[in-house]
Amino acid sequence: MESSRIPRHRPGHYLPKVGLLERAGLRDMDGWMAFSALGLLICSIYTLSQTSAEVVAGAPEYFPQRQAVYGLVGIVAMIAIARIDYSRFRELRVGIYTFLCASILTIFAFGVTSRGSTQSLDLPFFSFQPAELGKLLLILSLAGFVIDGARRGSEAQRSLRYLALGLAPTGMVLLQDLGTSLVYGAITIAIMVAAGVRWQHLAVIGVGLSTFIAIALVLMPMAGAPVLKEYQQERLTSFLSPTSDIGGAGYQQNQAKVAAGSGGTTGRGNQATQSRLGFVPERHTDFIFAVVAERYGFAGAALVLSLFALLFWRALRLMTLSKNFYGTLVAAGIASAIMFQVFVNVGMNLGIMPITGIPLPLMSYGGSAVIATFLMIGVLQSIHIESRAGQRGPWSQ
Amino acid sequence: MRIEPVFTKPKHRKGTALRVAVIGGLGLLLFAALFFRLWSLQVVTGDKYLAEANDNRTREITVRAPRGSILDRDGNVLVDNRTSMALELDPLQIQFNPIDRRKRFKAIADVLDRDIGWVQRQYREELKTNPPGSPITLMRDVEDDVVYYLQENQSSYPEVQINRVFVRRYPEGFRAAHLLGSVGEVTAEDLEDPAGQGLEPGDGLGKAGIEQTYDETLRGDNGLTRIQVDSLGRIKGELQSEIPEPGDSLRLTIDPDVQAAGEAALSSIGLPGAFVTMDVNNGEVLGMASNPTFDPSIFTRPLSQQQVDALWNEDQGAPMFNRAIGGAYPVGSVYKPITAIAGLDAGLITPSTVIQDNGLIEISDQIFTNAGSEPHGPVDLRRAMEVSSDVYFYLLGADMNGTSKLQFWSRQFGIGETTGIDLPGESGGLLPTPAWRNDLFAKGETDRPWAVGDNVQLAIGQGDLQADPLQMAVAYAALGNGGSIVKPHTALRSEDAAGRVVEEYQPEINRTIEIDPVVRETIMAGLNDAAQAPDGTSYGVFGGFPIPVAGKTGTAERPPNGDQSWYVVLAPYPNPKIVTAVTVEEGGFGADTAAPIALQVLSAYFNREAVAVSGGGNVE
Repeated sequence: MESSRIPRHRPGHYLPKVGLLERAGLRDMDGWMAFSALGLLICSIYTLSQTSAEVVAGAPEYFPQRQAVYGLVGIVAMIAIARIDYSRFRELRVGIYTFLCASILTIFAFGVTSRGSTQSLDLPFFSFQPAELGKLLLILSLAGFVIDGARRGSEAQRSLRYLALGLAPTGMVLLQDLGTSLVYGAITIAIMVAAGVRWQHLAVIGVGLSTFIAIALVLMPMAGAPVLKEYQQERLTSFLSPTSDIGGAGYQQNQAKVAAGSGGTTGRGNQATQSRLGFVPERHTDFIFAVVAERYGFAGAALVLSLFALLFWRALRLMTLSKNFYGTLVAAGIASAIMFQVFVNVGMNLGIMPITGIPLPLMSYGGSAVIATFLMIGVLQSIHIESRAGQRGPWSQ
Repeated sequence: MRIEPVFTKPKHRKGTALRVAVIGGLGLLLFAALFFRLWSLQVVTGDKYLAEANDNRTREITVRAPRGSILDRDGNVLVDNRTSMALELDPLQIQFNPIDRRKRFKAIADVLDRDIGWVQRQYREELKTNPPGSPITLMRDVEDDVVYYLQENQSSYPEVQINRVFVRRYPEGFRAAHLLGSVGEVTAEDLEDPAGQGLEPGDGLGKAGIEQTYDETLRGDNGLTRIQVDSLGRIKGELQSEIPEPGDSLRLTIDPDVQAAGEAALSSIGLPGAFVTMDVNNGEVLGMASNPTFDPSIFTRPLSQQQVDALWNEDQGAPMFNRAIGGAYPVGSVYKPITAIAGLDAGLITPSTVIQDNGLIEISDQIFTNAGSEPHGPVDLRRAMEVSSDVYFYLLGADMNGTSKLQFWSRQFGIGETTGIDLPGESGGLLPTPAWRNDLFAKGETDRPWAVGDNVQLAIGQGDLQADPLQMAVAYAALGNGGSIVKPHTALRSEDAAGRVVEEYQPEINRTIEIDPVVRETIMAGLNDAAQAPDGTSYGVFGGFPIPVAGKTGTAERPPNGDQSWYVVLAPYPNPKIVTAVTVEEGGFGADTAAPIALQVLSAYFNREAVAVSGGGNVE
């Protein structure tokens, strides 16, 4: 199949026939990856169009229309970034990293609070969450730093450097939103794993993190200085004992679980009372998977999960296909970021993970997240295109 | 010919494949976990969650059944219902966080034009008595404009629900207050009680009087409306409902004229007292009242403990106390017919035995005197009844001491035991016996053992004897009907909403005692003389009454209080249909206060009968 994409020379034609995709520089894009991303976006818009009538009274098309616009912007951004050689980002790592930290810091100065956390900037057309784009920026810059410093210092020093570079933005985001900072942490660890940091170092980091979490969650509140905000604490404790707070966070999660469970094999369609009558909280954002599960049942929910699995596999595959090690690291970061978000979000919808406020990539309504995710996929496409180009001959490198 | 491109495998560091495998393997594991969870949740346990989801969206609202009315004998309404709008708080919607809750209460207080302290007080008070999970009633009889405002702004006040509730209405005001009793909201204890089966939080429950005895008849069955709601409790549709079944009405034996006359006469005297009028043959209570009385409608509003205490306060005459069935008084001379029957049965006298009454008598070094030491000369049984000779009965009491005949006949007539009337709170009184006093003495609770003087006192209804008007009415009814101890009752029948009879309450007889007809006739004649012969003790009251009656005055010493005034009358003589017993605390001589009340009651009864006989026209 793949070889058929390479244009053949036909008798009488001195120039290869140039198709639309090729003119757009997209001939070597990964079709399966694009298929999964577009599929998820379509699932999202379809689900939103079926349910948002109950969310925004009088404007039933509000969410699907806006999500479609975000999706289009995202697709354009993906194509644009796919045409850039991602290796350029390695050279720009210092600038990217500085921009990442600066954009997160602006939130402290100009952030707008919504749903208990301050994460977004009010821009003229929509409110922008720098932390969403920051995931990609962290991947690109951290991977760059890994390549750049690969031969400097001892192994332990290098491990510490990666960790410090990753944890700085993670810590800053932690002050704004627990869920997003967990994604940053996952990205940092994933890139370190892919970078070949010694297992012993990773083990030490693991122990250190566990100790830190224990101190943050148990000792600091006992000493009267809670690290987590009240709503974060509430979500965690309610997950551990869901019946302790009926009407609170545990109740909401239970309603989401009931919604998902009630969908059965084929779903309840318009009889989906849990989501239609508003028992499922945040049903266009964090809990959209529960809505899918209730309306379309195991069939629909498994389809969405399968699309994510396909996306993950295609991203993972690039780790080995990449023309250079930078690409491998970036692919590892992006694949892990998507995997982590999917697991935490879907797990939360199905009642096996606590509520952390992580959106489901491409499915949850929200401009920043949708566009940022398409940008990630654009970078993956760039890695794919570059690897193809490298495979076609020495002259093209 | 096609030239195959040369694939140059990208160069990777040593160990990258392992790292890819680790990340990939972890991803595979996580996806597998999600798929497995999704499958188990939806496919394996889906039905359970579907049931839970369906349960979630429906809310069951109890539609309270209206309580049955209570009517008098003629069908006049004594109690029915009015509707009232009650403001209730849904316990599931009330904020747990005290700060949020305070905010919500402030908003509600503003709407009600009260301060937040009032709302919090009401809330706490209700929480104390309400069963857990039941709606918390903040306010009853909410004004219409407040109701409309709250209904239009339901979404701003999610915890508030306005419910139409039934409240007892008393069209006749104070009429028969003690009989009717009151209805209150069920408490947590009521629900735990086995008798409270079928009750739901928020239901009304009879707490006193007829409302308590016939609660199950009056209560009815609540209905149920099932509605579909969203997560904010907004109604989205109605599902199938069950219609409430109203409680049955209760028709009482109470005669409105007798009741009104008795109440008016009692309150015109102005002293604490009570009256009972009863059919001598079947025990139907035609009238019963106790003074002072109270407004039964006060129980339709929440009462403070202070108000409740005031209703039972002795200094204010304890208005809630039903003296007709709960009073415990010495009865004085009205006891004499019982003594006479006991004496005759003991063979101490015959109806014609004559005793010389010198106005006083000495029994074991103790002097007992007639009222005012007045000598009545030679008296037989009939004469002794007419003039109420104490000496005649002192002798009987003294002679019967040690035989227990007097106690036996007292018991036969129901003294010392409850009558079994269908009202709660009945007292059995006290019948003094040698065993009782000696037992008390042995325990050191009294200063002396039983003596002949005790029996002498009992013979004229004095000393330790305690009885209430209802017991005396039952005893006299037995005299009037020839020996049947009837079980008094106030309920005639229950009727459904369409007026069809559901249940007739049959008259009951507790037991039959054997009274020699000659003896009975002699006593009745004596009582008739007492009421209507010139020398009779109540001739001044009943001398001019057109209907022949047989009535006995009683004047009981009740230290430290003033004399207890009594009158018990059977009418018409010689074949009585009704008995009326009246007592007035500190009312003095029986003919002074108690007998005039009895006269009013009998006038009302016989006027009414005259109207009935003449076909409803006026009697000129």
